[in-house]
Formats: sequence, C-alpha cells, structure tokens
Amino acid sequence: MFDWIQNSADWLVYEVLNLKEGQHLAEALNFFIYDTTKILILLVIVIFLMGIVNSYFPIDKVKNYLSRNKLYGLEYLMASLFGVVTPFCSCSSVPLFIGFVRGGIPLGVTFAFLITSPLVNEVAIGLFIGLFGLKTTMIYVVSGILLGTVSGIILQKLTLERFLTPWVKEVLANAQKDQEVFTAEKQTLKQRLPVIWSEVRTILKGVIPYVLVGIAIGGFMHGYIPEGFFEHYMNRDNLFAVPIATILAVPMYSNASGILPVVQVLVSKGIPLGTAIAFMMGVVGLSLPEAMLLKKVMTFKLIAIFFGVVTLCIIISGYAFNVFL
Amino acid sequence: MTKVIKVLGTGCPKCQSMTGVVKEVVFEHQIDATIEKVEDIAKIMEFNVMTTPALVIDNVIAIKGRVPSKEEVLALLK
Repeated sequence: MFDWIQNSADWLVYEVLNLKEGQHLAEALNFFIYDTTKILILLVIVIFLMGIVNSYFPIDKVKNYLSRNKLYGLEYLMASLFGVVTPFCSCSSVPLFIGFVRGGIPLGVTFAFLITSPLVNEVAIGLFIGLFGLKTTMIYVVSGILLGTVSGIILQKLTLERFLTPWVKEVLANAQKDQEVFTAEKQTLKQRLPVIWSEVRTILKGVIPYVLVGIAIGGFMHGYIPEGFFEHYMNRDNLFAVPIATILAVPMYSNASGILPVVQVLVSKGIPLGTAIAFMMGVVGLSLPEAMLLKKVMTFKLIAIFFGVVTLCIIISGYAFNVFL
Repeated sequence: MTKVIKVLGTGCPKCQSMTGVVKEVVFEHQIDATIEKVEDIAKIMEFNVMTTPALVIDNVIAIKGRVPSKEEVLALLK
C-alpha cells in the first residue's frame, strides 16, 4: 500500500540528491522522507474520518444519550466509546465535566469518558497505524477503551462525590435528567465538509512540528543506537520496568505526536511493546496541565485518586501486554 | 443597537484565536459591538456549553467548540 512512497523516497534521495545507497546520511534521509509522508497521509485520513463521525455525534448529543437511556452497566463502555470519537482538548475538560454532572450522569461514567477521550484520539491512532501497523493499533485502541471502562467502574464504586469542590456539589444537587432538547444542526454532509476540513487543517498544523521533530529524533536514534541496546536492562523479566515507565510518563505532556516516533524506535531496539504502550498511555492519558485544570472541579484528594486508579490500570495493562504479546 | 459579544473560554489557544477573529471582524467592518472575554468557569457554565471556545451574541450561543472563520462571524453579526 505504501510502496509508492518508498519508491518516491528512493528516487528523491538516490537520483535527485544523488546520495549513495548505504550511506548513513542517505539512509536516515530516506527513512525520514518515507516516514513523514506516510504518517502525514494517515493522519489526514484518520482525522478526517473522525471529524465526520464527530460532526454527527456532537458532545451534546452524547450527553443527552447517556443521561436519558438506561443502559444496565453498558453506560461505562458507551461513554468510553464516545470518548474515542470526541476530539479532546484538555481546556474543555472542565466544562465537559460540569455538563455531564449537570445532566445527571454518574461520576464514574463521566470519568470513563474523560479517560478515553485523550487516550484514544485521532492523532494517536493515525500515528500508531503509521508506526506500528494496524494490529498493534487495534490492540491499543481496544485496551484504551477497556481501560476507560474499567477505571470508570472502579471510580464509581469508590463514591467520590464527597470530594468534589463545593460549587460542583451544588451543580450535582440540581442535576436533572433530560433538560433542554438538543437541536441538531440539520446539514448535509456536503455542508459539513468545509468545517470538518478546516478542523483537519487546524489539528494538523498543531501536531506537524512535533511529528517532524519526533521522526527526526527517531531517525537519528535509529542509526546510532545498536540493535537490542535496551534489552539489557529493560527486558520482560524486569518487573519494575512497567511501573517506572508509567510513572515517568504521567507528568509528561506531549499530545502523543512527538513521543510516538521515538517510542517506535525504542521498541525496535528492544524495549518490550507492553512497557512502551504503558509509557505512551501515561503520556497521552494523564498530564499535569489537565490536573491543574481539574482542580476547579475536584479536590486534590479526588484528583489523586483519579490519577492513581488510572495509573494502576495502565501498569496492569502494561504487564498484560508483555505477557500476551 | 450595540451588540453584546461574549467569547467563552478558559484561556486555551483556541479561545484566544476566536477572540482574535471576532475582534478583527468587528474592527474591519466597523460593527457597533462590545466584546467581552468570559474566563470564569462558573460563568461559562451558566451558558450551558460543554465545549469551549464558544461565541455568544446578545446572550444567544452562536458557535461552540471550534474557531469560526471571519466570514462566518461576519454573517452572524449582520
């Protein structure tokens, strides 16, 4: 499927620039051109498709669906699934949270959404397909959804309402199901496309610098780190690798775009995939800026419990990947 | 009549670019309007929006969750 990109990269590097095959610089450049082209194409496709889905399932519709329907336990999974198709900007997490609480949606279900939304997003999916292939991407997506669902159920069981900030408790007390009717914009796909397309461009513009730098660093490491370098001290038998990787990752904030190409190289140099995925999830799913924002609606204790439960679930899935993959 | 424009957002980059777009349109077309940025989350929630930035014109939500184009804002203000 991507042969033509490889051919173009070969042509550009070996013919146009007249570099010799096998040279360090030529190989690195070839790798860079091939990777960036492939990833950019995939990003455009995935962001565009997600944009279409999202245009038909805006967040207000999702909220009304979750607050109106009795789903007999499936609401956690649904919230988590909706999290996948909803683009997430950490600056929206607070209004989103309040909107859900006001709609009478249980706290755990809201958490399920809040966890999956950044964890499995269109940029991460596009990059994953490009770097790790379809199978690993599916594993990441499915486990991300399950992780959101399970963490949501656990957080609900802990009855955390008492740890909300006072004004949110007030909102909670006045919560009502089925409030204003959401009037969907009645538009044809053709009318929606310009808006969706401009979203694609905005998102791409935001991530391209990170992707380029990430791939450049990855390309550099690819050439200079010997094969199997990490196997030495980060192998599967090292029980501490997963927790350490996860805990290091949580405070980091990089919308996945910069860090993924680097992680891919680390995996090719011998870091187990499960450890790498746990690290990725820590970086993408939880971040300090998000915690700072959530302080407006949650007490410190609640944020700590929230992050703690999710971190624990990430660590467990990291181990699981290392055992089963 | 002077229009009352409010940009709701907690200060993320998208909210700032929305404010920029609105300001430009108002300036370029000499529209009689006041622009206010609402950053307090409790106040934002009074408008019942779940995605920021949101554009409120005369207390009606016009756009939410995305940055509009200049043409779009102009059409809304006319």
